Amino acid sequence: MSEGHSTYTPKTGLGRWFDARMPLPRLVYDSFVAYPVPRNLNYMWTFGGILSIMLVSQILTGIVLAMHYTSDTTLAFDSVEKIMRDVNSGWLLRYLHSNGASFFFVAVYIHIFRGLFYGSYKTPRELLWILGCIIYLLMMATGFMGYVLPWGQMSFWGATVITGFFSAIPLVGNWIQELLLGGFAVDNPTLNRFFALHYLLPFMIAGVVVLHIWALHVVGQSNPTGIEVKSKTDTVAFTPYATIKDAFGMIVFLFVFAYFVFYLPNFLGHPDNYTVANPLKTPAHIVPEWYFLPFYAILRAITFNIGPINSKLGGVLCMFGAIAMLFLVPWLDTSKVRSAVYRPWYKLFFWLFVADAILLGWLGSQPAEGSYVFMAQMATLFYFAFFLVVMPVLGLIETPRRLPNSITEAVLEKKNKGAGGHPAGAVSAPETKG
Amino acid sequence: MSATDIHDPNRRDFLYIATGMAGVVGAGALAWPFIDQMQPDASTLALASVEVDVSSLQPGSSLVVKWRGKPVVVRNRTDKEMKDGAAVSLNDLKDPIARNANLPADAPATDANRTTPGKEAWMVMVQVCTHLGCIPLGQEGDFGGWFCPCHGSVYDTAGRIRKGPAPENMAIPVFKFISDTKILIG
Repeated sequence: MSEGHSTYTPKTGLGRWFDARMPLPRLVYDSFVAYPVPRNLNYMWTFGGILSIMLVSQILTGIVLAMHYTSDTTLAFDSVEKIMRDVNSGWLLRYLHSNGASFFFVAVYIHIFRGLFYGSYKTPRELLWILGCIIYLLMMATGFMGYVLPWGQMSFWGATVITGFFSAIPLVGNWIQELLLGGFAVDNPTLNRFFALHYLLPFMIAGVVVLHIWALHVVGQSNPTGIEVKSKTDTVAFTPYATIKDAFGMIVFLFVFAYFVFYLPNFLGHPDNYTVANPLKTPAHIVPEWYFLPFYAILRAITFNIGPINSKLGGVLCMFGAIAMLFLVPWLDTSKVRSAVYRPWYKLFFWLFVADAILLGWLGSQPAEGSYVFMAQMATLFYFAFFLVVMPVLGLIETPRRLPNSITEAVLEKKNKGAGGHPAGAVSAPETKG
Repeated sequence: MSATDIHDPNRRDFLYIATGMAGVVGAGALAWPFIDQMQPDASTLALASVEVDVSSLQPGSSLVVKWRGKPVVVRNRTDKEMKDGAAVSLNDLKDPIARNANLPADAPATDANRTTPGKEAWMVMVQVCTHLGCIPLGQEGDFGGWFCPCHGSVYDTAGRIRKGPAPENMAIPVFKFISDTKILIG
């Protein structure tokens, strides 16, 4: 971790020359070779690496697509069709980029739920967690603006609905909305500025990722037991152990990604977006991209006025509040035990929360009428109750299971159990997996 | 705290503050064009008036014209639709204000205030849902007025919000009948 001394010794004259002037090789060696990681990390810990390659993939395919795309309302839709039909390999690059956005979100959701399950946000990792939340917000902004660029019906009406959120703000709302749109409705100025910002934001994400990794390397990785590293036997070197595990995780993930790109490239999209934008006709049923659906369901669930707050502002506040909850998690969770492995009640509520998030996502894809509205209201209530009631209260009343003394002890205990319930201390069979 | 920390403001303090303030004002002045350029430009602001010929509209039908990038609906209401609109008590309305640009800002949302005197059959209205800007569908919904497919807002035959998440009645733009069959919007 941070207090560890650097063990890098340059072997060549050129290496020593560099090391004395700009020790970049030393930084890489200390961060990705010698860096000690807890020995019990499972595959849930490979998603950081997976997210990094997805960001690189999105930036690469995005820059290439920008060379063929035209951000003018009269040409944008056709330029995307030109990429699909005329540009060499254009279809592949576009499908990699559009499905890449979805898989970026798949990975980030697993990464976030990993953090919630294992309590990765608890002291001293609050700032690490908040930097992650900022990356998530930037990803949402980038994903939303990218979806507008093909200028299909969903692009246009998605942009109309989402910029409409800002008109709910009292007094200055309409001014802010006009500032975002550059007019009174989504039009050419909107498309142009969204393109410029869609190109900019990924590099801002990359910047915050650097801060995220920096913060990670100061406090060290958490692990499935949630117990801090205490001695050298609790860790292994990043290379080869974490490197190989990350690489295997990436290959499996990219395998699924490739399946979608080549066999189901439009499965996660919406057919209406292959119809050119029409400002005078709203599609019968507007839905955002799947990764926004839970928040969309929360937005639509507020159909009633709450005191002086009208239903529109209430819906927008709840939607942004749902994201704001994540930022507050380090202080909402009062339990001293990090990992849900040792918290039976929290574990139960965690899985209920996962089910609730999936339910909200499904409700977001359904029309806002009849019993769907009531179900969305109940699911929204549970969403907020999980953060504002369950998290603070459970930490005070729950009796956690006994914690092992160290990561090493936890690993050996598990190994012994796996070998058929030998008493602690017995030598386990070397051929059985832990 | 030593005695030297507390002293009367001198010339140096004044210079620090003056320099700092000049820096703040300069940074603000430099930032403003970057914000200002995002506001609607001159071509967007150029206020167009639209003249609409409504002679072909039979009672129960409507047409849509584009005005300032937004759809404006002209609907010739049937007798029943007018009666339905007039029968509504103001207490049943989610938004009791007329939202009619031709009337004072606090005019109540009666059916008459949503139309123009002598032409009560005609609804001229910006057909944009006040929730999040979708285009509601005409002649639809529980009240036979408008229904927004996006988030389920229901408007009555006078375009007043009755159910769903939208907070306000749909807006009535500035308009007038320049003849029996022609409307000037804007």
